[in-house]
Amino acid sequence: MFLSDEKLEYLTNKACVIRRSIIEMLVVSGSGHTGGSLGLVEIFTALYFGLLNYKPEQPNWSERDRLIVSNGHVCPVLYATMAQAGYFPLEELKTLRRLGSRLQGHPERLKLPGLETSSGPLGEGLGQTLGMILADRLDRGHNSQRFFYCLLSDGELQEGSTWEAIMAAGKEAPHNLIAFVDRNHIQSDGMTDKIMPLEPLVDKWRAFGWQVQEIDGHSFQEIFEAVGQAKSVFGRPSVIIAHTISGKGVPEWERKYNWHGKTPNVQEAKGAIENLI
Amino acid sequence: MKILTDKIFDLNIIQKAIRDGFGEGIVLAAEENEKIVTLSADLADSTRLGSFIEKFPKRFFQIGVAEQNLATIAAGMAAMDKIPFITSFAIFSPGRNWEIIRTAICLNETNVKIVGSHAGLSVGADGASHQALEDIALMRVLPNMTVVVPADAEEAQKATIAIADLKGPVYLRLSREKTPVITISETPFEIGRALVVRETERPQVTIIACGLMVYRALIAAKKLSVEGVECTVINNHTIKPLDKKNLLIAIEKAGAVVVAEEHQKIAGLGGAIAELLAENYPVPLEFVGVDNLFGQSGNATELLELYGLGIDDIVVAVRKVLKRKNAQK
Repeated sequence: MFLSDEKLEYLTNKACVIRRSIIEMLVVSGSGHTGGSLGLVEIFTALYFGLLNYKPEQPNWSERDRLIVSNGHVCPVLYATMAQAGYFPLEELKTLRRLGSRLQGHPERLKLPGLETSSGPLGEGLGQTLGMILADRLDRGHNSQRFFYCLLSDGELQEGSTWEAIMAAGKEAPHNLIAFVDRNHIQSDGMTDKIMPLEPLVDKWRAFGWQVQEIDGHSFQEIFEAVGQAKSVFGRPSVIIAHTISGKGVPEWERKYNWHGKTPNVQEAKGAIENLI
Repeated sequence: MKILTDKIFDLNIIQKAIRDGFGEGIVLAAEENEKIVTLSADLADSTRLGSFIEKFPKRFFQIGVAEQNLATIAAGMAAMDKIPFITSFAIFSPGRNWEIIRTAICLNETNVKIVGSHAGLSVGADGASHQALEDIALMRVLPNMTVVVPADAEEAQKATIAIADLKGPVYLRLSREKTPVITISETPFEIGRALVVRETERPQVTIIACGLMVYRALIAAKKLSVEGVECTVINNHTIKPLDKKNLLIAIEKAGAVVVAEEHQKIAGLGGAIAELLAENYPVPLEFVGVDNLFGQSGNATELLELYGLGIDDIVVAVRKVLKRKNAQK
């Protein structure tokens, strides 16, 4: 899928607005996950402003594509994008993690329409995505045109349950499963490759029967092309390993694992927003 | 109304495994409701899914030895309006996959039925690693979860059909060995409704039991009657939500309680009854269950005797609780 200059500019501007509102949310909430949220802005923007089929005014519309966010701790980017997409008012973003808010610290399906599942505890999203596909297959056969996207962090590939699901998807071989891995190399305690190395990651997924692509997770062109390619594959699930930079957009926070789970203070946020790139 | 078999005190009472009742019930439920699907973690035959698979091969999903995935896949299917029954041994599901059941099934309030077979000491020869004695506690502590422990194969069949119709997460606990079939097709079964299976004019003790301990409680009550001690016996198949109203009526009548279950004394049915009494009507309570121990290999009957779940253990507990009650007067 080739993106026109116009579309590219539209997406780039959207991403900038979303990035800004993530920082604004996190400074108000005072807790939450900054690094991964900023690193996934382009992927969420691409999903909600081009790839996903959905109706924000009718969140339970049965024909919608499903997006299962397995790494629920990145919900600031999910919420910020959903608000931009029209699921709820932008002002509500300021309630993140507050008592009574629909925007829980980790996503809760029953609280906020438009969420496909509750997540946060890692290693549970891919299995649920596969379950949705198997149910869809019972109803619509093997040619269903509903697509099921699952977003995983690289850290959660250390969960055994993730590999149970990867193995089962290899067996069931659904054409309409598209997983993204947020390959940002950081996790709570340090660099992923030190804590528990994941490489050779491409070979591992491939060995389980998946079609694997690697992309620059900040390039809209590459994201759209990879999804187009994934959709054209038949009889195999697809994974897109998206190389991203945690904390993307704020040079001082980029690639730093200590920004995985902390939030900026007012001054840091102000400086970051002024210099957003 | 007759609610128990005439053969209840007959040595030749029909014996059938509780899990077999599930195997029949799931086929009957699936014939009525095409949303029902079943999943197994490599124990389909042991959990009695054979007839279901034969009849509805497309609605059966083999997940392999992966109980976490068993629970996540089911949660996803339920999100798409299926009614998944996940089956394994209780020690693996809900033992192994507890937090996934908590997040993906209970917090999400998805319509998944967790069927844990081979629960309790009575799984026998497999030994301690396979004898789930903590599963009732693990499941009843979860918000949104319903917990059902049928007393025999007949009731397991009814319970399977009933939980299919109940929207929301349910844990159904089954056991492996053949046990006496005490209820009959006319015996009422309603989720959340405790059933008095032995009534007496002036009860001195109320025995509250679940699972295979209901039969044992009935035999114990008969023995006690001979020595002049009269007991009400309740089949409390639904541990959550507890039938507080009817349990309290029976408890207030007798003023002393014995709880009997094939589970740790801690936090199972006994824990639920202790909570009920403490908040509403504190009377002496004795527990018949496993006392903070792991089991071992052996046959079911030997093990139940050895770990304090024998008929005589119930008799002793009733005498003890009666003594405590009388001492209070």
